[in-house]
Amino acid sequence: MGVMDQVELPKPVRYVFNWGRKFSLWCFNFGLACCAIEFIAASTSRHDFIRLGVIPFAHGPRQADLLVVSGTLTDKMAPAVKRLYEEMPEPKYVISFGSCANCGGPYWDSYSVTKGVDQVIPVDVYVPGCPPRPEALLDGIITLQHMIQHESLPDRIAGRRQDAVTLGADAPLTLEGR
Amino acid sequence: MSDLSTREKIHPGTAPGEDIALEIVGDGDFATTDMTLSIGPAHPATHGVFRIVLELNGERITAARPVIGYMHRGFEKLAEYRDFRQIKALVNRHDWLSGFSNELGVALVVEKMLEMEVPDRAQWIRMLIAEWNRVLNHLMFVGSFALELGAITPMFYAFRERDEIQYLLEAATGGRLHFTYNQVGGLKLDLPKGFLAESVRLSKLTQERLPDYFDLVLGNEIFQARTVGVGPLPPEVALSFGVTGPTLQAAGVPEDSRVTEPYLKYDEVDVPVHLGENGDSFDRFACLLYRIQYSLHIIDQIHDHLPAGPVNTKLPKMVKAPEGAAYQRIENPLGQLGYWLESDGGRTPWRLKMRTPSFSNVQSIPYLLEGMLVPDAISVLGSVFFVVGDIDR
Repeated sequence: MGVMDQVELPKPVRYVFNWGRKFSLWCFNFGLACCAIEFIAASTSRHDFIRLGVIPFAHGPRQADLLVVSGTLTDKMAPAVKRLYEEMPEPKYVISFGSCANCGGPYWDSYSVTKGVDQVIPVDVYVPGCPPRPEALLDGIITLQHMIQHESLPDRIAGRRQDAVTLGADAPLTLEGR
Repeated sequence: MSDLSTREKIHPGTAPGEDIALEIVGDGDFATTDMTLSIGPAHPATHGVFRIVLELNGERITAARPVIGYMHRGFEKLAEYRDFRQIKALVNRHDWLSGFSNELGVALVVEKMLEMEVPDRAQWIRMLIAEWNRVLNHLMFVGSFALELGAITPMFYAFRERDEIQYLLEAATGGRLHFTYNQVGGLKLDLPKGFLAESVRLSKLTQERLPDYFDLVLGNEIFQARTVGVGPLPPEVALSFGVTGPTLQAAGVPEDSRVTEPYLKYDEVDVPVHLGENGDSFDRFACLLYRIQYSLHIIDQIHDHLPAGPVNTKLPKMVKAPEGAAYQRIENPLGQLGYWLESDGGRTPWRLKMRTPSFSNVQSIPYLLEGMLVPDAISVLGSVFFVVGDIDR
């Protein structure tokens, strides 16, 4: 991002800049479980979130602006989602899609499920439902776009650097498991 | 290290009567080192979070090791803390593409323990929804398999049908993926007004559109080149791994518990089973398409049979299964699904053991991938039908 994350842009420039950013969200779908099917449904002809500027063809996290975590995150999977998130360039946004990703959902008392993806990475928008309808994802995306339109990038980046990520803060997370 | 001076065939198994004359000949001093390639847990070519570790010699796979457990959510343990009526809301999520069949299995096994009579109409409606669910599941795999081979269009075709069917089922059940429509002793509600007319219309429409898939995918030369003769699974190997469903039927084994061990009213309808010849990726995919066609054939018969009457029985305030155990197997869209339910007479099950089709299907992958080229591995992974949640539970 260079100077963008350090210098506050003048208001009109920021408006145009944010307008451009909010309608070109390259999206990386981290499809974990049932919700991934509804994510695909949202990307096909009937619901078609490409009309909102969300492009679901990012080749990997390094090309993506938006991470949609759809499905149950297990403790075994948590290091992978953290690593994918860290591979994404700033500014990056996360939508937690579905009850499992929000809080553990129907597996609230399971021994192997992470109770919410926000224990691992910071989340911007939570979409509730089990699984949420494709319309709910569209609503979540519009909420996120509204947020992007009115945000100040330097503030966001400054806030991000103070974000404490709890899981794995003391012990390094590896793909081999904890 | 390998010795490429010996001649070896690229396709270890070709279709009978067909000789692919592709051979690579090394010049003797060309040596390669083995490489380990980890595909997954997040990789677009494996649906869901299936991880597989490949040992490669050049482009050839010498060993494949599936790493499972990334989606382990502990269903069997959680079921021990749920009421007999609540388990269905849990189990319809392990194979998320066949929610209705899963909950049907649990409902049947609990009814078996309680020795409960289920009204006729409820049984017929269960069959109707289960077959629609099977169509939904198979359409998803039709789309995703083609997508993995590089064709994006079948996905949009499949979702055109899927969306319509999901709206139909939503009218009756209120759910799009997880219906939670079964209840111990019957169904939650009767079918809404106008459901049958819509169901008849949709069945006709889908049957009209089905030839599109046969032409577009099965008749496609590129698709045939990627799948014919790739990953043949002999019937005896398939049986020894416990492979079931379309993957087993493609190997030519006529096993379908709707026919061999009918439950509900499947003995009163005609259930055709399509059998493959070679058990390769092409046959597995063809079996899937034929299963859609035959499910629609069964749906048409159910429309003609559907009797009037109640759809559920009155349950006591507290459902307690007597001490003992029961096993029920049903034909899930992906294969044999079995539930072993053991009760100590309390309010919750003492143990629920699942026998899920994907878990067994995946066991055949190391056998299938050995000696294969990497691009063919995608064709095999896509056609040994599995859902990751169904593997890991």
